Amino acid sequence: MSPKHSIVAEGLRKAFGSNLALDGFDLAVPAGSVYGLLGPNGAGKTTAVRILSTLIRMDAGQARVGGVDVARDPRGVRRRIGLTGQHAAVDEILTARQNLVMFARLFHLSRADARRRTADLLAQFSLTEAADRQVKGFSGGMRRRLDLASSMILAPEVLFLDEPTTGLDPRGRSEVWDAVRRLASGGTTVLLTTHYLDEADKLSDRIAVIDNGRTITEDTPAGLKRAIGGDQIEVVLSGAEDLASVAAVVASVAGTEAEIDTDALRVHASVSDRVGALTQVARTLQDNGVHVEDIGLRRPTLDEVFLRLTGRPAVESVAAPSSRRDVPEGARA
Amino acid sequence: MTAATSPGERIAVPDAGRMRWALTDCLTIVGRDLLHLVKQPSLIAWQLGFPIVSVLLFVYVFGSAMDVGGDADYVSYAMPGMFAMTMAFGFMNTAMSVVIDKERGVTDRFRSMPMSPSAVVTGRGVSDVLHAGLDLVVLAAIALIIGWRSNRSFLATLAAFALLLLLRFSLIWVGVLLGLLVKNQEAAGNLFAVAFPFGMVSSVFTPPSLMPDWLGAIAMWNPVSATANAIRELFGNPLPLGDSWIEQQSLLMAVVWPLVITAVFLPLAVRKFQNLSS
Repeated sequence: MSPKHSIVAEGLRKAFGSNLALDGFDLAVPAGSVYGLLGPNGAGKTTAVRILSTLIRMDAGQARVGGVDVARDPRGVRRRIGLTGQHAAVDEILTARQNLVMFARLFHLSRADARRRTADLLAQFSLTEAADRQVKGFSGGMRRRLDLASSMILAPEVLFLDEPTTGLDPRGRSEVWDAVRRLASGGTTVLLTTHYLDEADKLSDRIAVIDNGRTITEDTPAGLKRAIGGDQIEVVLSGAEDLASVAAVVASVAGTEAEIDTDALRVHASVSDRVGALTQVARTLQDNGVHVEDIGLRRPTLDEVFLRLTGRPAVESVAAPSSRRDVPEGARA
Repeated sequence: MTAATSPGERIAVPDAGRMRWALTDCLTIVGRDLLHLVKQPSLIAWQLGFPIVSVLLFVYVFGSAMDVGGDADYVSYAMPGMFAMTMAFGFMNTAMSVVIDKERGVTDRFRSMPMSPSAVVTGRGVSDVLHAGLDLVVLAAIALIIGWRSNRSFLATLAAFALLLLLRFSLIWVGVLLGLLVKNQEAAGNLFAVAFPFGMVSSVFTPPSLMPDWLGAIAMWNPVSATANAIRELFGNPLPLGDSWIEQQSLLMAVVWPLVITAVFLPLAVRKFQNLSS
């Protein structure tokens, strides 16, 4: 196990009853990076985070966090991590300051240190103004920032973020994203689970795509997109009658099969010679007198990556959380 | 502007013994609960609403029709019963606090921290006993207003209140366990359906000897009855007893029952807390 990795997991297995949540899960998170675990509900993301943060025990496998064995020295791991779960785990009745002081005391800071650290964190997470208000009245984004601040009391080496923006409005999401970026630039290793593809794309240095309890691929966001065929040329038409002939042109230029989206009146195919392909397709279509609404190049989205890798769209599986393997019994409401 | 503390510059944490941390952490948890009380004192009023309403009902609505035997007046009989019932139903408050922390993810945060693993449970215990002490002060004041008196020495009276707290203490672990077992606040609220007969089929409002035989037998063996009868004896309040063995042993049983309940449920509660969903 490399000292350059803050989190290393090998062959993790975990079953809840007859439900196999993790099935030979591997992970290697480089120190100081933001690492995204991407997958639909029930893929095993939360289970992985709960095992790595010592909340539940694995059935088989090995894991080290911050160089400490998770199974052998859970207390040692707890000194090195911060955890922000799916709910903002803060006390609603207390004020922001009282929350942080309480958690700091439970991290065994002295009274004076707890107060000092609290003031630092309040400033760092832009909560100084709201410090002495009850959390009850906080917005979702403010709660999350307080939640993150509570996880950062010991300036942990590793921060686990389990779906940190679920349930937040766009403003709350961008507040949390900014906070995560700042933490990462300070050197904290962040393991982030999400089923928002744009979130993984925007925040992560590397992404592992998980499905059915194991990692199916692992790469940089750009690498993932390249892996499924690089850039796409896309032609949008104004009517359905030319779809087939345009598809033939695109296919012959790209040298691969072109896909036709009849609803969107769109034809697209992967290309390697981006600009060359674009000019050639545009010229041919113009020569043939085809009326084109739009033509352009674009990179594939992570949605497409996910579809390609798992054979089903990510968003659909999110909308239908039928296989709730991610949710250990009684772990959440 | 404050710069982010980087993981390189570790925040120094003194390394004291486990016992010391168990104590400090427990006190921190208790401190949190006291802050809750300060922030919302109305909580006490809400939690005491049920016993106060039921005592007013029993004393003023049914009271005139209540005959507990002999020339005992009903207020003196019912008040100790109400004290015992409030202590018994207290486990609902414990379960509710536990389930709220669990639902909000606060329990997971505690469990992912290097704090003493027992402190969350023991801290809950200490603050619930403090809370119960406050409850008893309020209830005793109401009881005094409507005419209840302790007719024995100060020490006997104190012993009676100690027995009440002992009952509450033993049921904390039942509350913690149930709070960890149920899914959400709604489910915790439904526990009342189970708790209600447990509190009522007892000597709290009527002597078991006046109930049908089979029901009376259950009521006599109810831990709540043991405490209610024991404190009636210690307060010198009317205590119409049947001649069954168990009823003659109220003082003993008021100590034995809580010890048995604690011995069974404290380990279960701590274990459940440490192995949540694993």
